[in-house]
Amino acid sequence: MTKDANDSKSISRRSLLKTGAAAVGAAAGSGTITGFPTIWAQEIKDIELRHVGVSYSVVKAIGDQASKDLGFKVTMQNLDTSASINRFITQPNTVDIADLEGWQAKLACKRGVIQGIETKRIKEYDNFLPIFTKGEFEGKKVSDQGISPYAALYMTGQDSTELADGVSEWMTNVPQVYNADSMGYRPDLVGHEVTEWKDLIDPKFKGKAGILDVPAIGIMDAALCMESAGIVEYGNKGNMTREEIDKTIDKLIELKRAGHFRSTWTTFDQSVQLMAAGEVVIQSMWSPAVAAVRVKDIPCTYAPVNIKNGKEGYRGWCNGMGLMKHLSGKKLEAAYEYINWYMSGWQGAFVSRYGYYSPVPSTAKKYMSEAEFAYWYEGKPAPEVVNDPYGVPMEKAGTVRDGGSFIDRVTNISCWNTLMDEAAYMNKRWNDFKVA
Amino acid sequence: MKLSRNAVGWLNVVPLLAILIPFFVVPICVILAVSFMETDGFGGIFPVFTLENYTGVFTSSLTFNLYYETFKFTFLTLIFTAVIGFWIAYFLVFHVRSKILAMGLFLVCTVPFWTSNIIRMISWIPLLGKEGLINMGLQGTGAIDQPLEFLLFSPFAVVVAYVHQLTIFMIVPVFNSLSRIDKRVVEAALDAGASRLDVMRFVILPMSKSGIALGAIFVVSIVMGDFFVVKVMSGGGTASVVGAFYEDVGVLQYPSAAASAILLTIVVMLMVAAILRVVDIRKEISL
Repeated sequence: MTKDANDSKSISRRSLLKTGAAAVGAAAGSGTITGFPTIWAQEIKDIELRHVGVSYSVVKAIGDQASKDLGFKVTMQNLDTSASINRFITQPNTVDIADLEGWQAKLACKRGVIQGIETKRIKEYDNFLPIFTKGEFEGKKVSDQGISPYAALYMTGQDSTELADGVSEWMTNVPQVYNADSMGYRPDLVGHEVTEWKDLIDPKFKGKAGILDVPAIGIMDAALCMESAGIVEYGNKGNMTREEIDKTIDKLIELKRAGHFRSTWTTFDQSVQLMAAGEVVIQSMWSPAVAAVRVKDIPCTYAPVNIKNGKEGYRGWCNGMGLMKHLSGKKLEAAYEYINWYMSGWQGAFVSRYGYYSPVPSTAKKYMSEAEFAYWYEGKPAPEVVNDPYGVPMEKAGTVRDGGSFIDRVTNISCWNTLMDEAAYMNKRWNDFKVA
Repeated sequence: MKLSRNAVGWLNVVPLLAILIPFFVVPICVILAVSFMETDGFGGIFPVFTLENYTGVFTSSLTFNLYYETFKFTFLTLIFTAVIGFWIAYFLVFHVRSKILAMGLFLVCTVPFWTSNIIRMISWIPLLGKEGLINMGLQGTGAIDQPLEFLLFSPFAVVVAYVHQLTIFMIVPVFNSLSRIDKRVVEAALDAGASRLDVMRFVILPMSKSGIALGAIFVVSIVMGDFFVVKVMSGGGTASVVGAFYEDVGVLQYPSAAASAILLTIVVMLMVAAILRVVDIRKEISL
């Protein structure tokens, strides 16, 4: 909540000072990039697009900038993950653009609430990282544990309710922001560099560890820990069998009874709060949350958990924009315009300063300073001071981002956010853990 | 035109029905229907009759554990809010001489409620945390050398937050019933040789029973139906009945969530019925 308020503050500052030139360029450019016949120029003013999704992905400041550049209104609405998917499925007509994770795209497609997006009409389609559009990077296949963005990216036709096997001309969603999650820790209190998930369940940190309490993804963080410590072996961490779920939860319950977990968390702010208030010294955490702790002058490191010996790795996620089935005519045209604006770089630069990534880094780069791009994307020492999105200096010159370049991070993703086949069972067991 | 007595009666209940039917009766019927249907596990609901959702709920030890936890919090909250609420209301009615001052103090009790529930709950965190005010203070005076961890992210913290949030629901009805006690009754009892304790036991408590019962209904139904306080204040260390089926909804398991919701509705209704059996609440409402 506070984050959104800050977002809008940051953007006024930014558009005024920082990228004034770029903003002018974008505003000037938008006249030429709109594909509207002039006869529509008046009518598009009345169009309003409702972009609905989680707060870290659907950001008011981005919608405001889009409205300014495009000439029609874009309204951003935030809900948590579970409320979003419930709204998309039960009230599809109250949403125009659904912000979907891979597993949500799969569900939305199956339920027939979204329409296929024509790849030809997405201007930057060829510039997307092939991780998303082809499921590979530099010839190497991206992990397919869980539901990878690629696995749920294509459908068989515009009105289809089936996902396509491989690449097709119709997309379920256009990927727009992604990241690789791992752990955050206090380097001063942990005492050594953390590169393995098993540190999170190390008895040394009894009473000082935290874990994410969103069952669908918390279980994967837990699985990464168990796998790392050699306690449980998994066929597919992204789609566990009942037996694997049982083993994982039983171990979690054992840890809980031993007083291992100080707390669990469900929101970004809670995770920052836990770490900043000294309640935990190590916990599963998101990269921007780690940055938010550091802004408070409290040392906090994002654990680089590169894959080694078939263990470790990040838990990846990616949100994309899906078009609801009811969109047609001018509104559909406007939605395509909006998507193309979204991928043209302004948004990519914006989310990068939060520590997230754009799937089209080539356009995001245009809206970032060289120093920013070197720090956020390339994993190089910052050539100058790096500011946070509010313009507050965050990192000294020479600092290197934890986890290295974005390529280092994404190629070390070992599983993706998902909804398992055994989700109902897993949920029950997760509550067994909570109530134990 | 003269309406029959019957028609007037019906007209009187129309506003209530206009709210209850669309916003309570209809939704609960839908939930009841869904709780007997099948799902594909991906949000699809098929109108095929099944009892599986209920057998799932009733055969799971999780249900028992969740109810145990939730009852525990309800019971503790009820005890503390009743004691504190009664105490405050008693003081306001019998010890504050000026009626105006009593009203003023009564209104002061509501001041914390000018902010949202969530803010009132979250503001306990900097107070109770490991590096919070209480621990810092105690460590400063040398009373303890390790921070007391039970203060936050514990059942203790959950009960503190509930008591803080819900005591007002006890104060108001108890204040109301105490105010209606004729002071002369107390004087008569004292004149007849009753001790202060006897007055409390045989006069005041029985006469404020309906207020306590009314407050208990509020407290019980709110705590039984809450999941957020438990989630935040226990640090996810425990779960609640509602929290568990909210998570079912999160993964689109509508029928099993519906079955849990129906069970909870019945349990809460039974609890309220039990309270009403003990105390005749109509006395409280009709003057």
